[in-house]
Amino acid sequence: MRYLVYAVAGFRRYATYRQATLAAVFTNCVFGFLRSALLLAVAGASAGAVAGYDEQQLATFVWVGQGLIGVVSLWSPPELADRIRSGDVVADLLRPIDLVWQLLAMDLGRATFALMTRLVGPIVVGALAFDLFAPRRFSTYPLFACSLLLATVICFGCRYLVNAAAYWLLDARGPQIAWTLCNGVLGGLYFPLWFLPSGAALLIVVATPFPSIIQLPLDILVERGSPEQQVVLLSVQAVWAIVMLAVCREVQRRGERRLVLQGG
Amino acid sequence: MASGGWCSRVDSRWLTAYGPLVRAQVRSQAQYRASFVIDVAGSVLFGVLDVVAVFVLFRVSKTLAGFTFADVFLMTALANCAFAIADLLVGNVERLRVYVRSGLLDAVLVRPLGVLTQLAVMDVAARRVGRVVVAVGVLIVAAVNAGLALTAARLVLLVVAPAAGAVIFSAVFVGTASVAFWWIESGELGNALTYGGHDFTAYPMPIYGTVFRRLLAYGLGFAFVAYYPALALLDRRDPLGAPAGLGYASPLVAALVAAAAGLCWRRGVRHYRSTGS
Repeated sequence: MRYLVYAVAGFRRYATYRQATLAAVFTNCVFGFLRSALLLAVAGASAGAVAGYDEQQLATFVWVGQGLIGVVSLWSPPELADRIRSGDVVADLLRPIDLVWQLLAMDLGRATFALMTRLVGPIVVGALAFDLFAPRRFSTYPLFACSLLLATVICFGCRYLVNAAAYWLLDARGPQIAWTLCNGVLGGLYFPLWFLPSGAALLIVVATPFPSIIQLPLDILVERGSPEQQVVLLSVQAVWAIVMLAVCREVQRRGERRLVLQGG
Repeated sequence: MASGGWCSRVDSRWLTAYGPLVRAQVRSQAQYRASFVIDVAGSVLFGVLDVVAVFVLFRVSKTLAGFTFADVFLMTALANCAFAIADLLVGNVERLRVYVRSGLLDAVLVRPLGVLTQLAVMDVAARRVGRVVVAVGVLIVAAVNAGLALTAARLVLLVVAPAAGAVIFSAVFVGTASVAFWWIESGELGNALTYGGHDFTAYPMPIYGTVFRRLLAYGLGFAFVAYYPALALLDRRDPLGAPAGLGYASPLVAALVAAAAGLCWRRGVRHYRSTGS
């Protein structure tokens, strides 16, 4: 399995950045304290529950959310865009392997390492400082595991598309800024989307891929709603994962033609 | 500016040496017009976002730790304004770890100019001006919205507080960037206190847990960026029991924090050994 080799390579590459991982977990934890204090204050002012979350669920939403940032790699630097601009991407394309699948395999390897470090770190700190919510239904655990995988794939797809814009624009800074804005506000990182009017929240969840990266995995984990609703959320993620990968393949196909025209 | 006195003598040399550097930066960025416009729009949107977050939180909650929307909006606006100014002035020093690793800092050190000032102007992001303009506008709206009983003293405080807050944030930018002199792989560590500090100061201090609050609000002086000035402006008592009018002490706190950051920076520059790359 050559893709497995790439996944292992992705894992080992990030496993060497130990100090940077530690620094990132520290930063995630500081933001965990900030955001949980804020959301718990909001819940405290409305009799302990807000938008379908109680205090334990909100604290869990925040701390696991901080861990998720690392797992899906929300803010990774635009490596591929830089390689496209410099022309180095030609070396990648010469290999007899599809670039999208190769990058996805490496990203899943990276995510596996992040799962053991970036996700566990904030959860441990959060559990020490706050009352966190442990899922009551057994089915939630496998659902959350699937949801994590789908979230990683969707986030990979978004990042890939932002980077691939460099095939046409050369400077992918605009899409990069738009992506950072969207994943924060529409992803549920700043506040749970259900704080918005329910119609608007529903529209964002269905019509954009961003909530599928942070908001939906967390909703599944804290069991907001019935088991059926958890499955519906997971289905939304599955559809977005398929759509994103299909778009990635098509964009890569056209991008390669474009790159040839440009002369590398 | 924070710790400016440590690193640059402000005399006519300033304009002749740094002026062209800044002008060249602005000109080069304006060459890529589309990117420049996108950068400006992006920075403006990020600034507006903080206000949107306050609106959303108050959609589901009437008060926050006993403070109304108008109160919190004023705190957020003050914090936002202070941060935007600091980001414009010295935000670029957060790239210090990149410069240390790549060896670019060696080139900076051999020039007969202040190290910190050079780093600050090396990427004067003209885009960041947009955020300052928006932040000032938002602050005016927030002040009007809060219906402040403006005395002369409060009017002065309304202008001094964002400036003092900007000094505190600048000091935090410089202080956290200095870490890279000792620990090159510190990664995003500084973000916890710079961007985290921005988020921390935007809300009333009573919402935070005791230890966390003591560390950041008093240990680093973050309570004096927006919280205490806002209390003084609103003529409100501190639920935490601090004396009234403590907000007027912001410039003093800012001076202390800036001095501490200046010391860190100086020790860091002396400690610096090139990575040899």
